[in-house]
Amino acid sequence: MSGLARMVGQRLALGAFTLLIVSMVIFAAIEALPGDFAEAILGQGATPEAVAAIRESLGMDRSAVERYFAWLGGVFSGDFGVSFSQLSFQSQYGQTGERDIVTVADQLAPRFANTIFLAATAAAVAVPLSLALGILAALYRGSIFDRAANVGTLTSISSPEFFVAYILILFLAAANPIFPSISKIHADLDFWERLYRTVLPALTLTLVVTAHMMRMTRVAIINLMASQYIEMARLKGVPRWRVIVRHALPNALAPIINVIALNLAYLVTGVVVVEVVFVYPGIGQMFVDAVKLRDMPTVQACCLVFAAAYILLNLLADVLSVLTNPRLRHPK
Amino acid sequence: MGFLTYVVLPLAVLTGIAWTARAGFRGIAGPFGAVFRAMPLTAAFGLTVVLLYVLAALAAPVIAPYGESQVFDEFNLFPGENPDFVLGTDQLGRDLLTRLLYGGRNTIGIAFVTTALAFLIGATFGFIAAVLGGWLDQVVSRTVDVLMAIPQLIFALLLLTIFGQSTINMILVIAVLDSTRVFRLARAVGGNIVVMDYIEAAKLRGEGIGYLIFKEILPNAAAPLLAEFGLRFCFVFLLIAALSFLGIGIQPPLADWGTMVRELSIYIGYAEYGDWQAASLPLLPAAAIALLTVAINFTVDWMLDRYSGLKD
Repeated sequence: MSGLARMVGQRLALGAFTLLIVSMVIFAAIEALPGDFAEAILGQGATPEAVAAIRESLGMDRSAVERYFAWLGGVFSGDFGVSFSQLSFQSQYGQTGERDIVTVADQLAPRFANTIFLAATAAAVAVPLSLALGILAALYRGSIFDRAANVGTLTSISSPEFFVAYILILFLAAANPIFPSISKIHADLDFWERLYRTVLPALTLTLVVTAHMMRMTRVAIINLMASQYIEMARLKGVPRWRVIVRHALPNALAPIINVIALNLAYLVTGVVVVEVVFVYPGIGQMFVDAVKLRDMPTVQACCLVFAAAYILLNLLADVLSVLTNPRLRHPK
Repeated sequence: MGFLTYVVLPLAVLTGIAWTARAGFRGIAGPFGAVFRAMPLTAAFGLTVVLLYVLAALAAPVIAPYGESQVFDEFNLFPGENPDFVLGTDQLGRDLLTRLLYGGRNTIGIAFVTTALAFLIGATFGFIAAVLGGWLDQVVSRTVDVLMAIPQLIFALLLLTIFGQSTINMILVIAVLDSTRVFRLARAVGGNIVVMDYIEAAKLRGEGIGYLIFKEILPNAAAPLLAEFGLRFCFVFLLIAALSFLGIGIQPPLADWGTMVRELSIYIGYAEYGDWQAASLPLLPAAAIALLTVAINFTVDWMLDRYSGLKD
C-alpha cells in the first residue's frame, strides 16, 4: 500500500511542479510585453511623473522575481489582480481614485461557474453515450454500424466546432425556433431555464467530444478483446456476455477512465470557440475578449484557469489509471 | 432549400467524381498502381477532394471572377439578386465567390507554410536530440514537456496577446507550438534509427552530424514523417481557422475562411423568413474547412491502415 501511495504522491508532485512551471511561463508573458505598458496606457500624456506613478501602482518598480511571488501569492488567495480596463489611476484622473473596482476574480467567478455548468452538461450526455456506442462498435467490428460510425465520427472530429454549431443553429434555432441561438445566462435563472438556454452549446460540444471518446473507447476495447486471456475464455466456451462482463470490463476500466479524462481535458479547448459562437457568458468568451484588448491580468488569469483544468484532468487520468490497474497497484 | 444545394449536392457530386476517379486510379499500371487497386471509396473520395482543393488554391487568381479586394458599389447583395455576383457581396461590396476562392488559397497556403515551418523546427531539433543525446536532449525534451502542458489554442491566445495580432505572428506562434509534437515524433523515430549499425558505421567513418541527419536518418524517417504531416496539417488548418474565426488569426484585407464564417454568421437568421440561400452562406466556408480536413483524414487513415499492419 505504501508503494501505491508513493506512486500517486509522485504523480501529484509532478502535476504540482508542472503547474508551477506553467504559472512561471504565464507570468513571464507579461514581462515579454514589448514596450512599456505605462507609456502605452497613457499615450500622448505620458509625462515622466505619470509613467512613474503608474509603474508604481502596477508594482513595476520591483524586480520580476518579487512580482512573480506577489502574483502567485495573490492567485492562491483568489486574487488575480485588477483588469487593465478597470484600472483608474490617481495620476491619470487627478482624484483619489476611490471607486468600486471590479477585480479579475470578481469577473471570473460567475463565468467560471457558467463554463463548468456547460462542460458538465456536455459531459453528462457525452460520456455514457460514447461509451455505449464505442463498446457496440468494438463488439460488432466490421459491421455496417461500425463502418457508418467510423465515417460519422471521423467527419465530426474533422469539422471545426463552429461548423457543427452553425448547423445546429440553422436547424434548431433559425429555421425552427426550438432553442435560443444566443445563450443569455444570468444568476437568477432557475435550473431548467438555464439548462434550456445551454442546450445548443452543450449539444455542439457533445457531438464533437462523443466522436473522439467513442473512437478511443472502440480502440481500447478492440485491443483488449485481442488479448490472450479473452481468447482463452472464449475458447473454453464462456458465453459471450460473460466474457465481456467478467473478463473484459474489469480490465477495460483503466483505458476507459483514461479516455474520459483526456476528453474532458479536450473540452477545455473546445469550450472557447463554442462560447464565442453562442455568446455564452463563460471564461472562454472572457478570454477571447481580453486577448483582443490585450488586457494582461485577465488573459493571465484565464490562461491559468484553463491550463490548471487541463493539467488536473490529465493528472486525474494518470492517477486513476494507476488505481484501476492491479499490476501498477501492486508493483513487484 | 439552400442547405441541399450548398451542402448535400456538392457532396453527392464529389462522391460521384471520386467513384469515377477510383476507376481511374485503379487503372494505373505498374507497381505504383498496385497501391490504388484495393482503395476504398472513402480514400478515393479523400484523395480526389484534396487534389481538387490544391488545384483550386493554385488557380484561384485565374478562376476567381474579380480581384481579391476589389470593391463594388453594390454591398450586402443577397445571393441571386444580381447575376454578376452569384453568391452576393459582403458589407464592403466585395464579391463573395471571389472571397471564398481566395479565402481557400490563403487559408490553405498559410496552414501549409505553418506546418512546413513546424516540421523544419521540430524535425531539426528532434533529430539533433536523437543523435547527440545527453544534456541537450534533456533540456529540449523538458522544454517541450512544459510547452505541451498547456492546450495549444490557449497558449496561442496567450502568445498572440503578447506579440500582437498579425498574420505573421500567428504563423510563427503556431509553428513553434506545433513543432513540439513533431519534435516528439522525430526524436522517437530518430532514436530508433540512431542505434542501427549503418549509423555506427557512418560515425566510425568520421561523418559529421549534418551527414548523419540528412543522408542517413532523414531518408529512413521520411515515411512516418509524411503521414504525420497530413495529420498535423489538419490540426494546424483547424487551429488557424478557429483563431481567425475568433478574430485573432489571419487579419484583413486577406480573405480567409474562418473570418468569413464569423462575418457571414449574421445571415443565419434569414432561415426564419425562408431565405435558405442567404441563411446557408456562413455554412459555405465552414463546410469547405470541414470537407478538406475530412478528406485528408480519410486519405491518411487509409495510408496508415495500409502501411502499419493494423489491419487483421
